[in-house]
Amino acid sequence: MPRRTHIQTTLNGEEIDFLCEPRQSLLEVLRDELGLTGTKEGCNNGNCGACSVLMDGRVVNSCCVLGVEAEGAEVVTIEGVADGDTLHPLQQCFLEEAALQCGVCTPGFIVAAKALLDSEPDADEGRVRHWLAGNLCRCTGYDKIVRAVLKASEMEEVSA
Amino acid sequence: MKEIDYLAPSSLGEAYAALQNGKTSAFLAGGTDIIVQLREGRKEVDQLIDVKHIPELVSYAWTDDGGLVIGASVPFAEIYEDDEIVRRLPCVIDCATLVGGIQIQSRACFGGNIGNSGPAADTVPALIALGATLTLGSADGARDLPLEDFFTGPGQNVLGPGELIITVNIPPQPANSGSFFHRFIPRNEMDIAVVNVGARIDLDAGGERIEGARISVGAVAPVPLFVAAAGDALVGETPTEDSFARAADIAAEAATPITDMRGSIAQRVHLTRVLTYRALDRALERAREA
Repeated sequence: MPRRTHIQTTLNGEEIDFLCEPRQSLLEVLRDELGLTGTKEGCNNGNCGACSVLMDGRVVNSCCVLGVEAEGAEVVTIEGVADGDTLHPLQQCFLEEAALQCGVCTPGFIVAAKALLDSEPDADEGRVRHWLAGNLCRCTGYDKIVRAVLKASEMEEVSA
Repeated sequence: MKEIDYLAPSSLGEAYAALQNGKTSAFLAGGTDIIVQLREGRKEVDQLIDVKHIPELVSYAWTDDGGLVIGASVPFAEIYEDDEIVRRLPCVIDCATLVGGIQIQSRACFGGNIGNSGPAADTVPALIALGATLTLGSADGARDLPLEDFFTGPGQNVLGPGELIITVNIPPQPANSGSFFHRFIPRNEMDIAVVNVGARIDLDAGGERIEGARISVGAVAPVPLFVAAAGDALVGETPTEDSFARAADIAAEAATPITDMRGSIAQRVHLTRVLTYRALDRALERAREA
């Protein structure tokens, strides 16, 4: 049995601890150890952004972070974006604008877009496209995603 | 990924001790290269040394004479969100905002981009143009060297087994100086450079004549090139289309690229000439605004 390290972290606002091997990525820990399968594995090499989570307020690829690096950090995953049963404006707008097809990239897009709107609620289309360049989608052609993010940015809850 | 030990030293001394514990090591800063390399079996080590808890590596500061000392593992996002760096060293921002997407920029850092020593590393031509040096540390002490002297081949550098990059040091820039970093990729974002160029122009007090110039080109040789002859050819000249074209020709002659999936030899030589000219032109604009 490989040696496992005890890690304490804040996940979606809750203080938790878990055990992991140093070689496990944060993505593996989230999905395999903690059962949070909303965060998706796409390329597993830092190119596609499907595994995007927030770490200390910054959007990162969780496949390129080790689970042990989460010690003392604040991590937010797609499971932490909605407020209970109330969808986040981004989630609502993704539904209304049909900004997804297969859905594998969607959690990453929503987490990344949330990081943008949290810091720049007035982001314009160019800024949204630039910000989301690290998130790949093979279905939508991106336009619907960009429209959904722009629509969410116009909603009061986000721009307030 | 095979089993690995993880260490997170909180001082340089602890890091040097970890480097001498008899195990093979790699450094973990942003993790955007090393974690993937380990997972894909392109690299194998016994232990990862996380350098993000060492104060010298995670902070940056202006020096009294106007230089900027950047800890090796400060993430790019932290650098380009600093308004003073944006204003005073726009060439640093040119490259820091181009490496990967937002997810990469949240974690990736100058020390990692340099230490990974890829021939197409985007921060390197920009930093060489600015005259950057590295401070390397080991249990035996620290040493400084010009960035252009660090690389020895693709993925290879002069770093000794017990040594790490502590800081990247950007010296104070001359009064009428401007720098620019330019990259060609086939799409707008998220690709590895076909060619990248950093250029700096120092004008005299009247803004008429070139007192100095530094040109660096990446992705056209086994290591990022510092083409001293191209910059030297501009000294004493006036900044004109002709003088810039001559410097661009010298840069293109120095390029010894390969043909690969990103571009052919002919395209890379051509791009070296075009990007060098354009980088000089934009550096000149900045020098005149300085």
